[in-house]
Amino acid sequence: MSIYVLLKQVPGTSDVKMDEETGTMIRTEHKNVINPLDENALSEAIRIKGAKPEVKVTAISMGPPHAQKALREAIALGADEAVLMSHRGFSGSDTLATSKALAKALMTLAGGRLGKDDLVLCGERATDGETGQVGPMVSAILDVPVVTYVRKIVLKDHYIEAERVVEEGLELIRTSLPAVVTVVKDINQPGFPTLSGKLRAKSKEIPILTPLDLGLSQEDVGLQGSPTRVVKVFRPRLSRDTIMQKQDSSCVAVDSLMSFLEERGII
Amino acid sequence: MTYRGVMVIGEQRGGELHPVTYELLARGRVLADKLSEELSCVVLGHEIERFAEGIIQRGADIVYIVDNPALRHFLPRPYAAALTRLAKEAKPEIILAAATTQGRTIMPLIAARLDTGLTADCTGLDIDPLDRLLLQTRPAIGGNVMATIKTPTSRPQMATVRPKSAKPNSADKTREGLVVLKTYEDNIFATCEELIDFVKDTTQDVNVQDADIVVAGGKGLKTRDNFRMIEELASLLGAAVGASRDVVDLGWVGYPHQIGLSGKTVSPKLYIAIGLSGSVQHLAGMQTSETVVAINKDEDAQIFKVADFGIVGDLFDVVPELTEKLKEKKNGECVRKG
Ligand SMILES: Cc1cc2nc3c(=O)[nH]c(=O)nc-3n(C[C@H](O)[C@H](O)[C@H](O)COP(=O)(O)OP(=O)(O)OC[C@H]3O[C@@H](n4cnc5c(N)ncnc54)[C@H](O)[C@@H]3O)c2cc1C
Ligand SMILES: Nc1ncnc2c1ncn2[C@@H]1O[C@H](COP(=O)(O)O)[C@@H](O)[C@H]1O
Repeated sequence: MSIYVLLKQVPGTSDVKMDEETGTMIRTEHKNVINPLDENALSEAIRIKGAKPEVKVTAISMGPPHAQKALREAIALGADEAVLMSHRGFSGSDTLATSKALAKALMTLAGGRLGKDDLVLCGERATDGETGQVGPMVSAILDVPVVTYVRKIVLKDHYIEAERVVEEGLELIRTSLPAVVTVVKDINQPGFPTLSGKLRAKSKEIPILTPLDLGLSQEDVGLQGSPTRVVKVFRPRLSRDTIMQKQDSSCVAVDSLMSFLEERGII
Repeated sequence: MTYRGVMVIGEQRGGELHPVTYELLARGRVLADKLSEELSCVVLGHEIERFAEGIIQRGADIVYIVDNPALRHFLPRPYAAALTRLAKEAKPEIILAAATTQGRTIMPLIAARLDTGLTADCTGLDIDPLDRLLLQTRPAIGGNVMATIKTPTSRPQMATVRPKSAKPNSADKTREGLVVLKTYEDNIFATCEELIDFVKDTTQDVNVQDADIVVAGGKGLKTRDNFRMIEELASLLGAAVGASRDVVDLGWVGYPHQIGLSGKTVSPKLYIAIGLSGSVQHLAGMQTSETVVAINKDEDAQIFKVADFGIVGDLFDVVPELTEKLKEKKNGECVRKG
């Protein structure tokens, strides 16, 4: 059984710059982290491996060369293998182009198609793009089931049972393997790197795959392979004229709040 | 055949039509009118024909009902199969669904199968008068900037729309429309997924994304016990309880209540933030709320930057006073009514 974790490196701070020309994010080498939910996905894979040592955990990331750092962290945390898809041609990919490339990488690594026990784990969404589209899209391209918003996975023989968090409560879903699962934060408390993990991470060779290696042409990837275009980026106008009141021993502040809410027809 | 018209995917939960469907219809109507095209709405489920009338009254010209026992509960593959099939037959140029757990799951599947673009979580939708393309506007990078996205050549143009970001139209009983029953052969619904149980969340009467009012508390509340002040205020207002990540991490309230970048995104009519600093990550989840009220003792707190009404003061004074006044008002009304 192989577990593939799709892991994205994201800016660690909210201080991200946009390229106003292309509308894409300018990624720098600094202060990047593993997307927090992907860390949960990885921890889940490692938890499963803990109970089933024959499981092989592979972390896959598509991103600039420095995304290697995120993958080394993944090794330090317990992943067996890590693969980086990196090439200028990939840059500017939207969710569809990203998903096609990731799906292709998964097929390549799995030797054509996913095995009958294989599992692909993703974060429910990444903190930068924030679309939550990549996991489900990958599943559609691979033509395997997807379970989204998962907070618990129970592994059975050739199938899983998963708790899916929806608006009104919890669904218990059973699905055959192979499958794609996207996880939410509740699923676990991510672990820490081990000493032996850290040592392994240092020397581990992380293969780099290009579009060519994956049999993808220039039209499939990057901006060319992306059906969406960012046409404008702008600062939202926070056009709120704030009424400020100081609470003091009189009741003025709360009283004027009450009339404010009444005037707006809210209460 | 060319792609024409706007299609919205209605949402059915537990055999009921979810009101977010009417929000989508309001969005779709505006776009269809700008394009001078028809608006269709598709709903999937079992024994759901009764939804059609309300859907037409709220703006649809055509209602597609896909009825099959396999569609009683939401499951990604059967739903995606039916919707992909319908999209290929009806060829709408625009498809919208709600950015809910259903919509956000199903739309990527359809988009990938149709090999077209999809924009997540839009708060603004419009038609570019020059090229008739859909303008899809959404918050990006934690809500610090907005991005407008187009799908120039692939069809359909697809987007999920943030719930509560548009008002439904009121029902027009005189509107007429076409109801089309779609029956597909059972085998397209065959799947290896199964819903084996559903456990309703009883910890929240109103879920934060559906609520008209959200009362959110931050670390300023100091303890789990104090946090009950938030819960009391919320129940008084018929509101949902929201929280900052720090509060959820401290275990004062469960993760479904977390608002922000790594939690839920909400845009209620009223958002009351109490003892909450207003980190960019938190603001990302609530700054599109219609009205924001903030209570914080630090007059420089970021939360005031997005507030319509701010009270600088100790929440332990302000909140009890506010709660008291709301109670009085409520009782006053009861007396008047009685
Ligand atoms: C990748 C990432 C994702 C994140 N995602 C989220 C997210 O989804 N949601 C989220 O909320 N956070 C998120 N955070 C965390 C965020 O950065 C903040 O740490 C968090 O929002 C702060 O919570 P808080 O406002 O409750 O606490 P604090 O920042 O500690 O604020 C407490 C506030 O209470 C006020 N206060 C204290 N006592 C009183 C009193 N007696 N009366 C009145 N006011 C008082 C203080 O002035 C202060 O402003 C994320 C962070 C990262 C790095
Ligand atoms: N470039 C990428 N490399 C690897 N995994 C990715 C990448 N982009 C997205 N993912 C995966 O897809 C999930 C959802 O991402 P998104 O759709 O961008 O919100 C992430 O949590 C990752 O698991």
